[in-house]
Amino acid sequence: MIEAIKGALLLTGSLFMLLAAVGLLRLPDLLTRMHATTKAAALGVILIMLAAAMHFSEVGVVARSFAVIVFILMTAPVAAHVIGRAGYFVGSRLWSGTVKDELRPNYDPLTHELKSGLETYENAKRQPRATDPD
Amino acid sequence: MDTVLLISQVIMGLALILTFVRVVRGPSLPDRVVALELFSTTVVGLVGVYAIQSGVASFLDAAIVIALMGFLAAIGFARFLERGGPRDD
Repeated sequence: MIEAIKGALLLTGSLFMLLAAVGLLRLPDLLTRMHATTKAAALGVILIMLAAAMHFSEVGVVARSFAVIVFILMTAPVAAHVIGRAGYFVGSRLWSGTVKDELRPNYDPLTHELKSGLETYENAKRQPRATDPD
Repeated sequence: MDTVLLISQVIMGLALILTFVRVVRGPSLPDRVVALELFSTTVVGLVGVYAIQSGVASFLDAAIVIALMGFLAAIGFARFLERGGPRDD
């Protein structure tokens, strides 16, 4: 029973990694490629580490494979965010079928400034609160 | 069990080859960085499978270190890219 579950976990994990690689190869631009690799590859590593934990079934090894899982879950979104941000700022071209790019009207590539859309004269004035010291 | 291990290793080797095609072809530098990060993640999976195959649990420590290195490399590459300003490649 354990063997069957282990084999299923291994095969599913490696298939998800293959899926991530195929997505990286076939999708049209940087952001869609990142969307394929980050999630599918993280799921693949998680499944394989679960298989390793079931195979050894000792406390230390299970703790280590869970450490790998937690580490992947924490770092994959951060790395994807940082690379996506850098890729947008260095001007990588988006896919021609992109529907909406909300950053484009709010970001100035020359001054590297982001607008929040709230920069009116009304908001720029000082608005004292009742609790402020005089 | 040995057959399953071999099959999953072959599948992950195929994934490494496909990723390497993107590293070579990738039109811009961020694409290559994403491909290299996927490379390190796939290698973590391969090391996990090899730990099962050889029965040596210490390989999981190597997997942790490889994952850490991949993350730090991604962060460093992103800083480097962003510092460089707009590129045209």
